[in-house]
Amino acid sequence: MSLSLNAILAQAMLGLTNGAFYAILSLGLAVIFGLLNIINFAHGAVYMLGAMVALIGYSYLGSWIGVPELQAGFWWALALAPLVVGVFGMIIERTMLKRLYQLDHLYGLLLTFGIALVLQGFFLNYFSTGGTPYPATPAVLKGAVDLGFMYFPTYRLFAIIASLAVCFATWYVIERTQIGALLRAGTENPNLVQAFGVNVPLMVTLTYGFGVALAAFAGVVAAPIYSISPLMGADLIIIVFAVVVIGGMGSIMGAIVTGLSLGMIEGLTKVIYAPAANTVIFLLMVLVLLIRPAGLFGKER
Amino acid sequence: MNRTLWVILVGACLIAPFFVYPVFLAKLLCFGLFACAFNLLIGYTGLLSFGHAAFFGSAAYVCGYLARDVGLTPELAILSGGLAAGAIGYVFGALAIRRQGIYFAMITLALAQIVFFIALKAPITGGEDGLQGVPRGNALGLIDLNDTMAMYYFVMTVFLAGFWLIARIVDSPFGQVLKAIRENEPRALSLGFNVARYKHMAFVLSAALAGVAGATKTIVFQFASLPDASWHLSGEVVLMTLLGGLGTILGPMVGAFTVVSLQSELSGFGSWVTVAIGLTFIVCVLLFRRGIVGELEHFFRKRFSTVKVDQKPSVRHESTTETR
Repeated sequence: MSLSLNAILAQAMLGLTNGAFYAILSLGLAVIFGLLNIINFAHGAVYMLGAMVALIGYSYLGSWIGVPELQAGFWWALALAPLVVGVFGMIIERTMLKRLYQLDHLYGLLLTFGIALVLQGFFLNYFSTGGTPYPATPAVLKGAVDLGFMYFPTYRLFAIIASLAVCFATWYVIERTQIGALLRAGTENPNLVQAFGVNVPLMVTLTYGFGVALAAFAGVVAAPIYSISPLMGADLIIIVFAVVVIGGMGSIMGAIVTGLSLGMIEGLTKVIYAPAANTVIFLLMVLVLLIRPAGLFGKER
Repeated sequence: MNRTLWVILVGACLIAPFFVYPVFLAKLLCFGLFACAFNLLIGYTGLLSFGHAAFFGSAAYVCGYLARDVGLTPELAILSGGLAAGAIGYVFGALAIRRQGIYFAMITLALAQIVFFIALKAPITGGEDGLQGVPRGNALGLIDLNDTMAMYYFVMTVFLAGFWLIARIVDSPFGQVLKAIRENEPRALSLGFNVARYKHMAFVLSAALAGVAGATKTIVFQFASLPDASWHLSGEVVLMTLLGGLGTILGPMVGAFTVVSLQSELSGFGSWVTVAIGLTFIVCVLLFRRGIVGELEHFFRKRFSTVKVDQKPSVRHESTTETR
C-alpha cells in the first residue's frame, strides 16, 4: 500500500466531486423539508430526470419533433433541464403533495417514494441500467488541468465549481435577501406569515419547484461524469439521506459543509481501505447517532 | 381477532393448495408474514421503518447458509435466521429510536444499506448470485419438504404460528402500551412507561418475525439473493401494509397477497411493474389511506355502529394521524 501525499490529495479531489453532489442534493432536501415538512424521496429520481432531460434534449428531441438537426447542447441543458424539471415538480406539488400537509409527515415520504418508483420504472423501460454516456460534453471542458499535485479532469473541476457556486448562491438568497427572510419566516410559522399577506401556498409551490430544480441541475452536471442510467438517483438518494441525518436539516450551510466533507472522507476511504468506501458514510451516521443524535448542525424538534 | 375469523383463516389455508399452485401460495404466506411483522411496528407502534428488507434478507442468507453449508434441518435454520434478524434488529433499533418520524425512516434505510453491501461484498454470501441450491431438507428430520404439499403445510404452520404470535402481542398489555405510544407518545411517557424500551422491544420482535418470513422464503425457493435485502423490498413491504390497512390485523396479509399477485400477473411487462407499484403507492396515499381492510372495517362500523361500540383501533388511528 502506497500512501503518498499526492495519492491522498488526488482521492480527496475526486471525493470532492461526489461531495459537491451530496451537498447540492442535501441542500435541496433541507430547503424542501424546511417549508413543506416532507422528505422528498423523489429527490434521487428528479436528479436522474435532470440527466435524462439533458440526454433526450441532445439525442432524441430533434427527431421526435421532426427537426433532426436540433440538438440541445450541454449549456442549454444546464439552463433548461432544471426549469423543465422544476415545473414538473410544481405540478406534483399542486396536484398531490398539497393534499397531504394536514397529515402525518410520513405520508409525504410515501407519496414521493411512489413518484420515484414511477419515474424510475418508466425510464427503465427505455434506457439500460448499464448506463448511457452523455454525448455532448463541451470541448472547452475536456482534457485535464495541472493542479500541481495531479492532473485533474477539467470537467470535474467545472462540476465542483458550478455546484459550489449554486450552493452558495442558494445560501446567500436564503440567508441574506428579503425573499430568503420570508422563506425562513415561513419555515418558522407559516400561519403568521400568511396573516401578513404573503401568499404562502405559492411560496411552498415555488420552494418545492426550486428544490427539485436543484436536484435536476445536479443531474445535468453529473451526466458527463457518470453514465446516465435510470437507477443513478436511487443509489445516491440513500447516501444523501445518511448525509442529511449526519448534518441535520437545521441549517443550509450545515448541509453544504456536511455534503462536501463526507464526499472527501468517502474518497479518502478508497485509499485507506477500499472495501469500506461504500459504507463509510453509513458507519459515520451510526457514530453521529451515538454521540450527537440531532446531527452535527441539527436541533431537536 | 375473534374465533370465527381464526376458523376461516385456518380453514382457507388448509384447503387453498387444492385450488392454487402451492409454491405460489407459500410465497404469499412468506410475504404475508413479512408484512404482518412490519405492521407490528408501523401499524401498532407508529414507527415507519424503511429498512425492513435488511431483516428479511439477512435471515434469508443466514438460513440459506446454515441449511446448505452446515446442514441444519429447515426448522432450525429458520429459527436461527429469525434470531439473527432479531439480533440485527436489536442493534439497528437501538440506533434508530434515537430519532423520530422522518429521521427514523431515513436511518433505518441507511442502516439497511449496510446489510445490503455486506450481502453484495462478503465472501460467503455469493455476491451477485446469492446463495443458490439451498436444500429444502427434512422438517424435524422426518418430513421430506421436496414434496410440494408437505412444503406448503410446513410453511403454513410457520405462517400461522407467526401470525398467532403477532395477534397475541397486539392483544397483550404490552401491545396496549405500543398503541398508547402510537396515539400519544408524550402522554405514554408521562404515564411512566419507558417509551424507548417499548419501541426497541417492538422493533426487535418485528425484525425477528420479518426474519422468520425471509428464512422461510429461502427454504421455499431454495435460494437467498440480493433482492431479498434491497431497498425495493423495504418499499414493497410498506406498500403491502399500507394497501391492506395500517394497524389492522388482517390488512397486511391482504395487502401482501394483492401486491405479490399483482407482481406475478404483470411479470411479463418488465419495468412497468415498478410503475404500477409506484402508482399504487400514490393512489393509496392520496385516496385510500385506510387500506382495503381498514376501508371495509370503516364501512361496516358506519353501518352498524349505532348499536355496537367496537374497540378496534384502525380508524381511530387514522383520525389521530390526520390531525397530528
